[in-house]
Amino acid sequence: MTIAAVQSKPAPAILPGSGGMRGAFSDLFWRRPQLLLLLMLLPPVLWLGIVYIGSLFALLLQSFFSIDEFSGLINREFTLKTYGDLFQAANLDIILRTVTMAALVTLAAAVVAFPIAYYAARYARGRWKALFYLGVMLPLWSSYLVKIYAWKLILAKEGILTWLLAKLNLLWLLDGWLSLPIVGGNSLSVSFTGTFIVFVYVWLPFMILPVQAALERVPGNLVEASSDLGASPGQTFRNVLFPLALPGIVAGSIFTFSLTLGDYIIPQIIGTSRLFIGQAVYSQQGTAGNIPLAAAFTVVPIVIMGFYLWGAKRMGAFDAL
Amino acid sequence: MTSAVSFKQVSRHFGSVRAVDAVDLEIAPGEFFAMLGPSGSGKTTCLRLIAGFEQPTAGSISIFGERAEGVPPYRRNVNTVFQDYALFPHLNVLDNVAYGLMVKGVGKAERLKAAEEALSLVRLPGYGARRPGQLSGGQRQRVALARALVNQPKVLLLDEPLGALDLKLRENMQEELKSLQKVLGITFVFVTHDQGEALSMADRVAVFNDGRIMQIGTPEDIYQRPKTRFVADFVGSSNVLPPDFVQRYSGQHRWGSLRPESIRVSSAASGDGVAARLVGTNYLGATTRLALDADGLRLHAMVPAGTALPAEGEAVMLTFNRESLHLMDEPA
Repeated sequence: MTIAAVQSKPAPAILPGSGGMRGAFSDLFWRRPQLLLLLMLLPPVLWLGIVYIGSLFALLLQSFFSIDEFSGLINREFTLKTYGDLFQAANLDIILRTVTMAALVTLAAAVVAFPIAYYAARYARGRWKALFYLGVMLPLWSSYLVKIYAWKLILAKEGILTWLLAKLNLLWLLDGWLSLPIVGGNSLSVSFTGTFIVFVYVWLPFMILPVQAALERVPGNLVEASSDLGASPGQTFRNVLFPLALPGIVAGSIFTFSLTLGDYIIPQIIGTSRLFIGQAVYSQQGTAGNIPLAAAFTVVPIVIMGFYLWGAKRMGAFDAL
Repeated sequence: MTSAVSFKQVSRHFGSVRAVDAVDLEIAPGEFFAMLGPSGSGKTTCLRLIAGFEQPTAGSISIFGERAEGVPPYRRNVNTVFQDYALFPHLNVLDNVAYGLMVKGVGKAERLKAAEEALSLVRLPGYGARRPGQLSGGQRQRVALARALVNQPKVLLLDEPLGALDLKLRENMQEELKSLQKVLGITFVFVTHDQGEALSMADRVAVFNDGRIMQIGTPEDIYQRPKTRFVADFVGSSNVLPPDFVQRYSGQHRWGSLRPESIRVSSAASGDGVAARLVGTNYLGATTRLALDADGLRLHAMVPAGTALPAEGEAVMLTFNRESLHLMDEPA
């Protein structure tokens, strides 16, 4: 009855167009959805294609030029001389150091992130879940530099960590660790251990979030089914949880690995005077003015990440996506 | 003889919710036992208590005479067919079936052979290389069954395993499960909310409501001789008759139940019986279900399709045999 009251006159079976440009465009886009897609994708594709891929290509091109050692000018002739320089022992050291650090940081981030992500995916509900997201994301909202300088204070010889360990009578542990070769140093803030700790801290959210998303997609009854079939919790982890979380771990490791490969600020502020790839790029293109070598250095993480993704794909890490 | 599964005053409370409340239960070895009840009645929680996914708040559970409280699921020789099958998506069908043997450390060749045999048992030979995602619902159900049976469990638990299948497939699987159970001789405990399924498959049925068992008995007991109004109503939607009505026909002031198929319907003209009015007809294929109103009492009758029926709204006379009026234990 109310419907009849609203419809004072009989409605037509086909409604008239809304008229004007907007109506015409709506109808056109409805009939040709590809046109709308094209219009939406064109600006980002142009941006990525010209600005991003273009500059990457220019970079790649630079790495095949060389520098004239006397005049310091760039010689724009194709040569592999710069790559020859790149494979000098000192530069290989830098590459090896950076890749080792990136691998260790990735491994540690995965180990630390997994239980946190597991808790968030399996047990946290409502308020606790919101708190989890807040806790993970909050560090991402504050300035990167502030966090790093905060860590410098924490790790310094006069810092809170040393103070705490002294109170706990565990200073011998720290001193023992710092006296070790390579990982040690005068204090944590000037050792590779310090660099490692800060890298793990800064990139951890990038590991937690994808792992949590992957675990969230694992139905809870798979864990029960595994247990029901006689698997101990350890076996369930190895045979069910870990393989199903692997795409998330790989996704997270792409972030932690590549971000560590390219970073030049953390090792600058916390760590030894020995260089990482990012620092080498920074100094080569800045003070040294050797743009071709800087470009060649930049190609290294790109190639490593290429191999990394290829290996991850072969391992089947993307199968479950 | 020791029971396959024995519950003594078992309760499982979630906060203030009594999911299972002081349940006593004995399931005999080799029995096909059904737990029937509406959702939230505690039947699935009982199953999970047997599997070990839940621990009782009070009471004791034993499986083949051995105490099961505090024993984790992976140390119970009991396997479950899950409602949505819970197949491992990252493993192929053969590895899914061989999973239980794999975690027990059975060698690869041996466990794959056993898995292949189990797949033949559920009539899926040669499906081993496929992924669970490539199978239909019915096939997944069979894989889940093979995955449980390959471990030769002492008790097989089935949690509404046929719920997601369409009618035809469900009827086939009912027969298959029944014959499989006969061949293997394993104790089956089957949870369902479908009374037809429970009656047709089980040796004995426990009817659950509000965390308690209302009645345990053979399908015939449950169907013909319900003890309470709930059982009469839930199993086969019987007509529940109030004590005053029952007293007129049996002389006893007790709740009664009368199966819809026991009621005969004729035109109002003919003699004695219960005067009623036909308020609706529901064509069900083989039978027609009639909704009747006997002076305010709502009744249902089931008559063979093709029976000549009065028009809706007309007066009719209902008759039934005195023997088919069942008196229930529930106090008036």
